[in-house]
Amino acid sequence: MNSFIGFVKKEFYHIIRDYRSLIILFGLPIIELILFGYAIRNELTSAKIGIYDQSNDHVTHEITDKILSSGYFQLYGYLHTTQQVDKAFRDGSVREVIVFGSKFSKKLGDGEHADVQLIADASDPNMSRMLVGYTTSILLNYEQSIQTPGQHQLLTVVPEIRMFYNPELKSVNLFVPGLIAVILMLVSALMTSITITREKEMGTMEILLVSPLKPIQIIVGKVLPYLVLSFVNVMMVLGMALYIFHVPFRGGFIMFISESMLFTITALSLGLFISTTSSSQQEAMMKALAGLLLPTIMLSGFIFPVTSMPKILQWFSVIIPARWFLVIIKGVMLRGVGIQYLWKETLILAVMAIVFLVISMKKFKTRLD
Amino acid sequence: MLPIIFLMPLIQLIILGNAATYEIKNIDIYIVNKDRTPVSRRLEEDFLSTKYFTISGYSSQISEAKKSMQEGDTDMILVIPRHFERDLKNKHFDKLDMLFNAENGNSAAVSQTYAQSIVQRFTRQWQRNHPSLTPVKPQKLINIDTVNWYNPELDYTSYMVPGILVILVTMIGMFLSGMNIVKEKEVGTIEQLNVTPIKRYQFIIGKLAPFWILGLGELAFGLFAAWIIFGIPMVGSLVLVFFVAAIYLLVVLGLGLFISTMTDTQQQAMFIAWFLMVVFILMGGLFTPIESMPVWAQKVTFFNPIAHFIEVMRRVLVKGAHISDIKNQIIVLGSFAIAIIALAVSRYKKVSA
Repeated sequence: MNSFIGFVKKEFYHIIRDYRSLIILFGLPIIELILFGYAIRNELTSAKIGIYDQSNDHVTHEITDKILSSGYFQLYGYLHTTQQVDKAFRDGSVREVIVFGSKFSKKLGDGEHADVQLIADASDPNMSRMLVGYTTSILLNYEQSIQTPGQHQLLTVVPEIRMFYNPELKSVNLFVPGLIAVILMLVSALMTSITITREKEMGTMEILLVSPLKPIQIIVGKVLPYLVLSFVNVMMVLGMALYIFHVPFRGGFIMFISESMLFTITALSLGLFISTTSSSQQEAMMKALAGLLLPTIMLSGFIFPVTSMPKILQWFSVIIPARWFLVIIKGVMLRGVGIQYLWKETLILAVMAIVFLVISMKKFKTRLD
Repeated sequence: MLPIIFLMPLIQLIILGNAATYEIKNIDIYIVNKDRTPVSRRLEEDFLSTKYFTISGYSSQISEAKKSMQEGDTDMILVIPRHFERDLKNKHFDKLDMLFNAENGNSAAVSQTYAQSIVQRFTRQWQRNHPSLTPVKPQKLINIDTVNWYNPELDYTSYMVPGILVILVTMIGMFLSGMNIVKEKEVGTIEQLNVTPIKRYQFIIGKLAPFWILGLGELAFGLFAAWIIFGIPMVGSLVLVFFVAAIYLLVVLGLGLFISTMTDTQQQAMFIAWFLMVVFILMGGLFTPIESMPVWAQKVTFFNPIAHFIEVMRRVLVKGAHISDIKNQIIVLGSFAIAIIALAVSRYKKVSA
């Protein structure tokens, strides 16, 4: 047991003395969280638009003012020919062009249809959807406002809308749980996979193998320091989320911590598994980083909702541990539910951890090739 | 190693190309119908007949519905009040409660617009069936016509796939080059290279060239796959894409080598490369539009090579931009390339510490 404690101590020193890695390890979550909290938004603000006004009368000016003062758009400029419209789209100056048909106010006064054309750059389909949606609603509002009284269209059914758990629809509330999952996944999987292959590559693995330590002790000793580091990381991110971004935390703290630890163990055993299948640090890193980064971000429901994906991908996402952890952590933080609602996801994570651990143990060679 | 370099990006491209959609489907709706009349049934049907909503539960008790939402099985609760039909007939007016699980604010906002438009359609239908209640038609009408250029079907894959491809190529290039020199340091073979008569710039270029060719090959491979599998439009000139890619790869690999010269172990190099990658990806305009960021953050993205290259790929492939349309990006990437390679050469010393 003494030699085991000594081994763990040695591993700790290894990490702590490598101050550059430490800075990254703790700096990365902070910077990511700040980016997500302040810089990254899904909402539409100040999209550049062009106006192609073939009437140039007081009504089109009034509508233009309304659109520009809405806060969603920013005027790139007035365009006067279709060639200019074409050019503005191609060099990326505008996202949308609003074309007013000729004799706009006259047609409107005569009870004819006045024409507006919205041209959107649909090479970004999401953006174009939002742009067209917002512009249309501004136009419809305007149309309503100019009707003479008594003609008001009355809605016979009025929806009363209530948003639960995140009433201001803040994206940071969703991003923080996602970020915790991504950081834990990558840091843990990466660190363990590297640290073991490093010993292999440097040839020091043989020294460890002939030591009186059992294989399980070697593995636990390698993994333990990272478990502690991940724990500190989670605490840091959580603290920032709560005190800087005021993300709600409605559930139990113990529940949060134990689920995070479970997820960390799953990620660590995945890292272990990767290390047993790779012979060099480079290979391990490629698998852990290049292989896990995008799938963890994209298939876990962090940015894109899992239920909107094609069925095949929904099945595929089942093997992404972060997907289950996100369900758990959102449940705990935003909805404040306990284990009685989340036992299924917890069980899945635990099973994943055990499977990875067992395979790695089997593959962990105590002999040299 | 080679299968990892080529197969892994390909698999990811195929899988992830389909994953990225902001279109919200399969919203789990729980219907609480306290009315249970033909009219309220029709409203229910209006919801369920769209492809957007699937039913997760049905009862006349709101508490059941709320429990289901708390468990995470329900995204939206629709409450049809008692006497819905009677009130519509007598008072021509009624209220509906819609409760959303807004954990994902974006999804909730989209679901809400779907739901509202269904209710609107229902209302219009109702008005048509009861002409006596129909209000006077508005007389001043604006006719709105929407045109979606470049991508009329609003297809997400042609938007996402070029971006994902850029990330994958960048990741492979940066990680490989980032670990390269430092690996020689760690293993000790750098000393042998240092005592050869090779010049510093020759050393860096020699290190760079293989990865550069590999990166271009990877891009060609990925583009071919994207074209075959996803039918990504290739409106613009491929020559232009590869011209810019050639410059872009110099930036990425230069950055990798620079990291490599700055660090002592592969682990450190990898951490820094990873750190840069994550920031580049998140601020690259792949998942969230750059325009939506605050102004200071938009300025920061100027230094993000990924953002420039994703922009170029999208513009040239999807919109058919000419070289004059993307000259700014070319100039910026070119300057980055020169600066970072000069930096890498000057950082690399032929003496060991």
